[in-house]
Formats: sequence, C-alpha cells, structure tokens
Amino acid sequence: MKAFTYERAQSPAQAAAAVARKPGAKFLAGGTNLLDLMKLQIETPTHLVDVQDLKLDRIEETAEGGLRIGALVRNTALASDMRVRRDYGVLTKAIVAGASGQLRNKATTAGNLLQRTRCPYFYDTNQPCNKRQPGSGCGAIGGVSRQLGVIGVSDACIATYPGDMAVALRLLDAHVETVDPQGAVRSIPIGEFHRLWGDTPHLETSLKRGELITAVTLPRPIGGRHLYHKVRDRASYAFALVSVAAVIHPDGSGRVAFGGVAPRPWRVEAAEEAMPRGAQAVTAQVFAEARPTADNRFKLQLATRTLAGVMAEARA
Amino acid sequence: MKSGDAFGFSRRGVLVGGSAAGAVLVHAGPVQAAPAKGDVPVTMPVSLEVNGTRHDLQLDTRTTLLDALREHLHLIGTKKGCDHGQCGACTVIVNGERINSCLSLALQHQGDKVTTIEGLGTPDKLHPMQAAFIEHDGFQCGYCTPGQICSAVAVLGEIRRGVPSHVQEDIVAAPAVSNQELRERMSGNICRCGAYSNIMEAMQHVAGESA
Ligand code: FES
Ligand code: FES
Repeated sequence: MKAFTYERAQSPAQAAAAVARKPGAKFLAGGTNLLDLMKLQIETPTHLVDVQDLKLDRIEETAEGGLRIGALVRNTALASDMRVRRDYGVLTKAIVAGASGQLRNKATTAGNLLQRTRCPYFYDTNQPCNKRQPGSGCGAIGGVSRQLGVIGVSDACIATYPGDMAVALRLLDAHVETVDPQGAVRSIPIGEFHRLWGDTPHLETSLKRGELITAVTLPRPIGGRHLYHKVRDRASYAFALVSVAAVIHPDGSGRVAFGGVAPRPWRVEAAEEAMPRGAQAVTAQVFAEARPTADNRFKLQLATRTLAGVMAEARA
Repeated sequence: MKSGDAFGFSRRGVLVGGSAAGAVLVHAGPVQAAPAKGDVPVTMPVSLEVNGTRHDLQLDTRTTLLDALREHLHLIGTKKGCDHGQCGACTVIVNGERINSCLSLALQHQGDKVTTIEGLGTPDKLHPMQAAFIEHDGFQCGYCTPGQICSAVAVLGEIRRGVPSHVQEDIVAAPAVSNQELRERMSGNICRCGAYSNIMEAMQHVAGESA
C-alpha cells in the first residue's frame, strides 16, 4: 500500500472541500473495496478523508411517502430495516444476495454504489486495462471474458458494474443526493449515475471531483411481488454472472432490471410493456443491442431463463 | 513504538519488516527513517478497546485493524488468510458486529470495542461456541477457527436480531436457525480443511442451548 495522510471530516461540505483541495485525495467510508484495491496498488490515494462521523447513517421517511437512506447506512442495516423489507423487498433481497455477512456489516450504501469492477484484467496489474491505466488497452477484449459485459460495453472496456444493490435501486427509480465542494446539492436519477463509459472507462459515474454522496432516496412504494434472482458460480459469496431484479403485479405487468451484464444496472423501460408476454419477449428488446464475446454469449440465454424463473415465482 | 519491544528483532519482526506496516517494528529508531520519495510513511495515534482493555497506539496510517491486533498488540489468535476480505480468517467483532479486520484501517476504529478470539473465552473458561467447536470437532488445522468462532457467535446474534438472509423464504418473517440459514450466513468463512458440517453442528448445539 502507498503511504497516505488521513483525516476525519466533520460535515459533508467539509469532506467534499477536503477531497477537492488535495489532488490524490479520496473519501473513505467502509473501506471494504477501497482498501482491497489500495493493497493491490490499483488505487493509490495520497490522502483519505474518513466520512464516518458525518451522521449520514439514518433511514427516514420523506414527505412524498418514500425513504431517504443516509449514505453511510450499512448494507446490513438497510437490508434489515422493516420498511425496506416490507415495501421495497427487492432491495433487501439484492443486498443479502451480495458479499458476505462480515462485508455487509461494514459496507455502506454510498460505497456499495461506488464499488469498482471485478474484471480480472482490472485486478491484474500486469495486464493492460484502460480503466486502471487509461490508454494502456484492454486485456479482456480477446482475452478471457466469461464474466464480463454483453451490452453497453465499448471497444475500450467490456467490464461490468459488479454490484447487486444498485440493480434494485435502478428498478425502484432511486435518486442519489450529493453535495459538492462549494456546498451545492443535487439529486441524480440512478439511471444517470453510472456512466456508459465509451472510450473513457476510468470515469465510472457522473460525480464531479470532490462531490460526496449524502443519501439515496426511494419514491413511494409501488406494490407488486419483489424478486431478485442471482446466478453465480457458487451459491453464496460470489459475483453475479447474471442477476434479475423485478417487481411483478398480479396481471403480469411490472419492471425488470439486470445485473452482471453491463457497465451499469441494465434496465430498458420500453421493454417492460412486454412483461405479460413472457421472458423472451422482454429480453429480445432489452438485449437487442448486445455485443457479447464468444466467452460470455451464454449470458443472453441465461438472462432470459433467469427472468422466466422470476416470472414463474411471481405467479406461484 | 512500545508495541514493537516485546518482539524486538525476533523472526516475526524481521518477517513482517518486509511489509510497509511492519517497518515500524523493525526500525526502532526514527519512525520515518529513509522514506522513499513521495511515499513518506505517516503515523497517527489511535486508541482501541480490545477485549476490555484500552490500548493507545501510534500507527502507520496504512496499518489494518488485523495488523494492529497481531503485530502491535500481539493478539495472534486472529489470523491472516488472504488479507483481501475473501476468507474470513481475520473476522473479529467490533461494537457487537463481525467484520473482516483485514479490510479496515485501525484508524477507522478510534474508540471502538473490539472482541477477538482471545476475548471470547479463556482456556479455563471457554465461550460456549469454543466448547462446542471442540465437542463437535469443528476444525482440523485450526487456522480458520478463530474467525469461524467469532463469526459463528455473531451470526447467532444476527439471527436473534432478525437480520434477513439470502435463503429466507419470507424476508419479513423472523429467520430460523436452520442448517441452510447457518450455511448461508457463514459463507464468508472459508475452511480449507472442510470442517463445515461439524461447524454447523457446533452452531446448532449453541443455538439450541441459548434458545
Ligand atoms: S484475511 Fe481477512 S478475509 Fe481473509
Ligand atoms: S480447520 Fe483448517 S482451514 Fe479450517
């Protein structure tokens, strides 16, 4: 690990200003992803601004009848909140499908959104990677790409966004609230939060330098059956090959988003009108623009089958 | 620096001297001796309450909670398996919740209450989970065991508090202490010797007694 200086910020605006002031500074929340990457020298911050004292660890009801989830609410606390389990069950199910109990106790809501890809070429510092080292090339294209993206990818990078929680947040039309170094706040629709990175795969989100996530908001509950199916190489504690988050109503209508397939949670709202006609009708539209590799073409069929399983569970 | 004295230039001290955090142990003189340019080690104070005792330490900012426990406080019950959050050998209980101590900086734990395997029980007065691991043969080599036991104790607490899991049929209902539940909740603890089924028996035993 490279040496760094460390401070604890006392307010969100102060934290944002502290990171903006020092080149090489980064926010530190739970640290479960950042410290791992620092040990591998994939991340080499020279200054860490620890945000744990910012009191952003509450879940409150909003005036609109939704929930406002503080950026530092731990994954376990979010999944366990009875309002979430009852009204936004897909979010609880997505969170507990990810990582391990130990990691979920430490990982935060904002940190989970910002977790970086698990592409093996990103992790192996002997390999070229445009995300780790812009301009160095992509080892995954033409390499071993079984786990990697099938849609929304580019000629510079075919990595995926690896998380589960954000797939449920995308389905639920969440917003990401932030404060910038000047103290200005904004609310980013989750669908615009993770970028389709094109030829700048090192720029993964729409956050500006020093901009700090303060909360994630959920609109009012939408009812329906909440389901999250995750297909992976072992039954627990593994990243998704494909995951499906869905809310399905008794008449078969609903919403669906996919994880493990793209640089961001993948949802095509226009395809959702096809939900009453079955999984194939939906995925034909959702993955119409897919550009799989020979290694990961299987994900397309897997996505259809996983959605069919979700639909069957909703009917049961 | 006082924390390095007990081991001095022992084999352990020399071995860890190869790592950045261990440099503090080896260079008993000036802490920032001959730093590489642009990579100057920085130390900061932190106090931790470990197994009921307060410790004031001056640590390289890079020191993980795991290395603080093992290399500075010499509580070597907690093990380093992967150092990357993948194996669970380093599991300790912080403020009542289990975490991977390898993926946390010691500085993040200012004032926190840390319980390690040494704090759960003693050879004379074992924690019920430790006794159950012995009775049910919940280990072979024992390397993963401190992490397994800390995790197991915390898992039963999580089930009591109603923390939901991936295998729960109804996420609004209270979770049960079933074999399936325990296996899912313990998936962050890897055992190279494959003692899993006996670990499950030990946990069932303790859960049954406290139910
Ligand atoms: S040593 Fe921490 S999880 Fe393996
Ligand atoms: S007892 Fe040997 S690794 Fe678990």
